[in-house]
Amino acid sequence: MAKKTQQKLSPWDIVQIARHAERPNIADYIRLLCDDFVELHGDRLFGDDRGLIGGFATIGDQKVVLIGHRKGRGVEENIEANFGMASPEGYRKAMRLMRLAEKYGLPVVSLVDTPGAYPGSEAEARGQAEAIAHNLEFMSTLKTPIVVVVCGEGGSGGALGIAVGDRILMLQNAVYSVISPEGCASILWRDGSKAAIAAETLKITADSLKGLGIIDEIVPEPEGGAHTDVAAAVAAVKKAVLENLAVLKQIPLATLTEQRYAKFSAMGRFS
Amino acid sequence: MSWFEKPVEAPVRVPTEAVWAVCPSCKGYIAKDVWRAANKVCPRCNHHERLSCRERVTLLTDAGSFQEINAGVSFNDPLEFKDDSGAYADKAKATIAKTGEGEAVLTGTAKISKIPVVLGVMDFKFLGGSLGSGTGERILLAAEKAVELKRPLIIVSASGGARMHEGIVSLMQMAKTCAAIARLKEAGLPYLSILTDPTTGGVSASYAMVGDLNIAEPKALIGFAGRRVIEQTIKQKLPDDFQTAEYTLAHGFVDHIVPRKELKAFLAKVLRYAGF
Repeated sequence: MAKKTQQKLSPWDIVQIARHAERPNIADYIRLLCDDFVELHGDRLFGDDRGLIGGFATIGDQKVVLIGHRKGRGVEENIEANFGMASPEGYRKAMRLMRLAEKYGLPVVSLVDTPGAYPGSEAEARGQAEAIAHNLEFMSTLKTPIVVVVCGEGGSGGALGIAVGDRILMLQNAVYSVISPEGCASILWRDGSKAAIAAETLKITADSLKGLGIIDEIVPEPEGGAHTDVAAAVAAVKKAVLENLAVLKQIPLATLTEQRYAKFSAMGRFS
Repeated sequence: MSWFEKPVEAPVRVPTEAVWAVCPSCKGYIAKDVWRAANKVCPRCNHHERLSCRERVTLLTDAGSFQEINAGVSFNDPLEFKDDSGAYADKAKATIAKTGEGEAVLTGTAKISKIPVVLGVMDFKFLGGSLGSGTGERILLAAEKAVELKRPLIIVSASGGARMHEGIVSLMQMAKTCAAIARLKEAGLPYLSILTDPTTGGVSASYAMVGDLNIAEPKALIGFAGRRVIEQTIKQKLPDDFQTAEYTLAHGFVDHIVPRKELKAFLAKVLRYAGF
């Protein structure tokens, strides 16, 4: 019966679960996934983005660099975190921390949960496009393992800016898309209320993305969604991250970056 | 024959549009041969009208030197996408028939003032220059060709961004193209990015912004998010010069703004500094 409920969820239902206010956020992951966390602030160029944070973390017996979008709980925290919409400073901070990871021989764990990169005039002035572009280039050659987990919303370039990796995991009720269903509906259907149809057409759920070869693994969620049992949801993520890190750490770095290149080169090659 | 019996000759009417081009910016009339000779740059207001990829190739390369590569790589329809106005596959096929191009970027080998290069030129007329899987694949293969031939890579961008109809697969082309550019740079080869009107969204947030040099055409629209989206976000009107090439240069993301008639010579000069 419970299984049937999950199977009946439409892509638009899954969007609602992915955006649920009580869905585990990065604070929950730091609390429940990490035995230790040392936040590292600032991009050394302009400021410290509160919508994308990171630092040294210990997950089980693994020391890693953890980066991730930050959605808050409640209005105050969400305003501070800009609802998980990162600014150029966030992407540049992430790059700085990943550079440290490479230098110290630590793997990177990247937790993705954003409606998209911040579309504001200040973000444009400080080069939102350049910040994301540079990360895509940089992450493709980073000489350390990268495990990406799409935890909630994978909103377009804002998500991809920290989502180039060796293994792309995705929670069962997360979504990952080139544009929000509402945005797509208002452009192509000229009607924002057609979002449910757009959500279906865009194929943004974990099952669809696994089929398209975009993600490697689906992390199961407790029945009803991750927010119904945060501890169990995070435990499943921890298990999946550690299993993948154990495999990736065995691969020589030159082979690893070669495989990463092959993985992304093959995306969208259908012949 | 008396004068009143003589048949009246119809006045010779030359259609206006055969002689005059109208500048889309200042609406001024420009003689068509002047317009063509100026490569669609308005002599009155300096508006740089969008060029097709073939016109751009003619502008930038030595006559007869361009040889297309990757012509067999075309669009894919991984989502089998349909909306109220029809199927994406049908629109893409119609676009191919209309433009004669197989994708939103034309790639090839060419010479610029005798310097051998690999060139990619986007065409806004092909589905808004959107970045589909075929577009990304052509760019990746062009970068790999440049590495193989040890040549500089030049990409001329003109794009509204990702191709929604290919969904997540389109998004991944951003990562894919940047990975190919990263490899080219690791091989020590120059990558020059030319940003023309418009270069926005997923294209500005990937290969267009990571040139060794980012070179823009005057007044080109360059930015990440759309103006309307930003205005809705900040609840304010944006200034007219927002997201222009000049704005982008003033904020440090473009090296040089080069008028169209000087572009070829500028590229050659820079490539010589780069050791070619």
